[in-house]
Amino acid sequence: MSVLLVAVLAVPAAGALIVALMPDRAGRITAAVVSAITFVLTVLLVIPRSRDHGWFAYRPIETAPVRPWAELNVSWIPALEVDFHLGVDGVSYPLIVLTGLLSLLCCGYTVRKVPAGGRSGRTLAALLLVIEVGILGTFLALDLVLFFVFFEVVLLPMYAVIAGWGGPERRPAARKFVLYTLFGSVLLLLGVFTVVVAAGTGDLLALAGGLGLSRTTQQAAFVLFAVAFAVKAPLWPLHTWLPDAHTEAPTVGSVILAGVLLKMGTYGLIRVGVGVAPRGAAWAAPVLAVLAVAAIIIGSLVCLRQTELKRLIAYSSVGHMGFVLLGIATLTVTGVQAALIGNVAHGVITGLLFFLAGAIKDRAHTGSLAELGGLRESAPRLAGVLGFAAIASLGLPGLAGFWGEAFAVVAAVDRGGPLWITLAALAAVGGALTAAYFMRLLRRVTHGPALLELPQPRVSRVEWMAWAPLILLALLIGLMPALITATTSAPISALTEALR
Amino acid sequence: MIQSVDHLALLPLYVAAGTAVLILVMDLLGGPRSSVVGSAVVGGVATLVAALLTRGADPTFCTGTRCSWIPSPLAAVVAVLFAALTVGVLALSMPALRLGAAPAGEFGFLLACSMTGGVVIGYSGDLIALIVGLETLTLPLYVLVGLRRFAPGSPVTTTGASAAVTFLLVSVISTAIALLGAGLLFAATGALHLADLTTGTAPLAMVGVALIVIGFGFKVAAVPLHAWAPTTYDGAPLPIAAYLSTASKLGGVIALAAVVQRVDAGLSLAVLAVLTMTVGNLVALRQTRMVRLLAWSSVAQAGYILAPLAAGAAGVAAAVAYAAFFVVLEFLAFATLVAVRPPEADGGEIAGYRGMARRSPWWAAALVLAFAGLAGLPPGLAGLFAKVVIVAALINTGWGWLAGVVALNAVIALAYYVRAAAILYAGPVGIAVADLRPAKQPVSWPVAAAIGTAAVVAVALGFAPQFLFDALS
Repeated sequence: MSVLLVAVLAVPAAGALIVALMPDRAGRITAAVVSAITFVLTVLLVIPRSRDHGWFAYRPIETAPVRPWAELNVSWIPALEVDFHLGVDGVSYPLIVLTGLLSLLCCGYTVRKVPAGGRSGRTLAALLLVIEVGILGTFLALDLVLFFVFFEVVLLPMYAVIAGWGGPERRPAARKFVLYTLFGSVLLLLGVFTVVVAAGTGDLLALAGGLGLSRTTQQAAFVLFAVAFAVKAPLWPLHTWLPDAHTEAPTVGSVILAGVLLKMGTYGLIRVGVGVAPRGAAWAAPVLAVLAVAAIIIGSLVCLRQTELKRLIAYSSVGHMGFVLLGIATLTVTGVQAALIGNVAHGVITGLLFFLAGAIKDRAHTGSLAELGGLRESAPRLAGVLGFAAIASLGLPGLAGFWGEAFAVVAAVDRGGPLWITLAALAAVGGALTAAYFMRLLRRVTHGPALLELPQPRVSRVEWMAWAPLILLALLIGLMPALITATTSAPISALTEALR
Repeated sequence: MIQSVDHLALLPLYVAAGTAVLILVMDLLGGPRSSVVGSAVVGGVATLVAALLTRGADPTFCTGTRCSWIPSPLAAVVAVLFAALTVGVLALSMPALRLGAAPAGEFGFLLACSMTGGVVIGYSGDLIALIVGLETLTLPLYVLVGLRRFAPGSPVTTTGASAAVTFLLVSVISTAIALLGAGLLFAATGALHLADLTTGTAPLAMVGVALIVIGFGFKVAAVPLHAWAPTTYDGAPLPIAAYLSTASKLGGVIALAAVVQRVDAGLSLAVLAVLTMTVGNLVALRQTRMVRLLAWSSVAQAGYILAPLAAGAAGVAAAVAYAAFFVVLEFLAFATLVAVRPPEADGGEIAGYRGMARRSPWWAAALVLAFAGLAGLPPGLAGLFAKVVIVAALINTGWGWLAGVVALNAVIALAYYVRAAAILYAGPVGIAVADLRPAKQPVSWPVAAAIGTAAVVAVALGFAPQFLFDALS
């Protein structure tokens, strides 16, 4: 099965090289084909999952806390204790498939729609494939240093996507993005080596549960990890790069950024932060939770005042990721599962929202809420999908957004004590505010008199093809959250067991 | 006392020095330029092979158990790097030599002499050999920096000459300081062999060590001993600037490492490192000329190299590994500039590179690879592992705060690398770039070959850094 693990990374990597050398249109088509193959490969990763990992069965774990379904372990740089150690388990699998799917949709979208500006679309497609390699590698890595290396791979290609194909203010936004996230990743580097030097290994399987690291080491490491991932996630008050980057990035860039790039932060916090330094996590959890709730409230309040479509969606990400981080901060099985569902749901719904925002901006040439209006009349289908996505995002029960947010609150209540109850209540208020600003968005954009004559009101075929999988997934996850959580209960309870 | 000398162990030195003599004779006999350059290249490659062959040979020039010529694995790596850089710089100089901007015989001879000095530094086991090696390395460079003929009709400038004078003055003073330090150390402890060096408690010995560190600090352009570097680099011809910022810097680092690993200079080196990387990076942020940007960034890089030396012997391997990664990437950056600029031109303004990627996508890609590596980010994986090595070594030896400073400096550094790299891809389509080499004039093949080799080495080291770590141990 290790062939499959390597192929998941090697196919898009080789694809990126080939695409970069091909003529423009052929390159874009090749990129779409390559990303389709990669998506199939990511889905196939489920095959090695043996029976005892069961979809619905829960069994206490006697042996190693983390047991990947498939593993590949090759020594790479013995001098730095780096192994090329890949693996997939219930925590990473949904995110890996989501990455494969969103990359496929973005590459497919790029075949027909290249952002204006005169730059070649095949370079954009090649960069998307490189980003995919980095993200998949981050989710697959079971070695701390390897995790860090893949974490870094994403940085410059994403900078290039924003700076090359973005909006009018793209350069400052891209620079802000790259400097902020590098700041996060150098802290990650420090944290990684704090752990590797103290433990003598970078193997995440061996390190899971703390491996007898001293309390001080765990605290130091967790602080470094938490700040590093908080920049990426992003957690208030380290989020300021996100609205600019999202607003200026091209549609596909925003989708990848919101859909999966941010998830590297939350995934890292679960797998590396809580996994490697559980006692540090327990020590810092209240602070993390307070910041997460602050992010929810502040994100929602800012959204209520936003006047730009993409900026509003970007800030809504701050709020949604706040729920995810609150879930992680509770350090309970329910909370972390809520975080994982929230992760995937946010990736699907916000990906869809950014596709829609891009479609609206392409047609109206403005993202200002004051100038948009009456979309329901000028472009009814577009307005319908936007309404669906907004409602899914605000967390209507039965749609994907609900489970993550509701159970993050439930998990906080379960923790008990005045602090957690207060936080849960505030988070719930934030949830209500989320509903308020999405309603405001819909009122401004879809209702009222049609302010603009849209040149192309119909939803084109390529747009349907890009949106339909996300619409379906938002429904499917909403109806069957067990799709994501079932395989996660064992690894997560193993993770939280380490805290007892 | 009669010493028995193992001449086999001295092979790299013989070959390197022989190369210089061969070039001189060739030139005197009036051989054509191609034969002069050819013998230089062959000599460089032969030095490289000799260094690999004598890897692990027995030390020689010994008195008792103390030896002055030690063919350690590290020495072999250093000699290989010097030989490769010399051949590379020669390749980069080919367009200028063809134009007659510099006399090929003298140029090759001086470069080979410099290589000989570099080889000695790696192998030297005592202070005298070390300082002599360092001087042999830098002495020819004073001339090379200013060595420039002007074609009839072309404007005559004195930037090269003033750069050479600056370099000469600073270097002579630093050598005097280092020699004074060595003298004091010898007077206080009687130690001449590196293995005998200790700080001890004698104030005289401590002053001696401090003077040696200061003297060598000039060579690596450590802040506050750095002021000569940007002026000199910018005034020198591009290939020589490449040599200064790679080979010459490597020599200083190896010399410094040889001394500080045996004495307790941790805190002062840490302060030096922090100053060097921070000042280098902050000033680099404000540069508008390409070579000055690279010069200041290489000052900052020297700071990263100095950092693990604060940990003493435990950090030497990390410092040398970083230096090796660094010279490959820095050479790649300079080589790309040579390719895209007109022959004989200096680095020019950064703004002049706007839109270069449309004109020459491959060279732009190579330059981006170099910048990314120097910033320590993929796709320059070699640079990433260089940073990783430093941070790992510092945390491992309990210098966590210094690792933090290195990490934060990497963020500052990215700001200007990204700016410079973005310029290459900026700009409207189809506008001719006045500052760059005319499009119809092809890049000469030695330059292209040098860039190709450097890029391949950089990528290969990125994927298999263990190769370098194995070679060093």
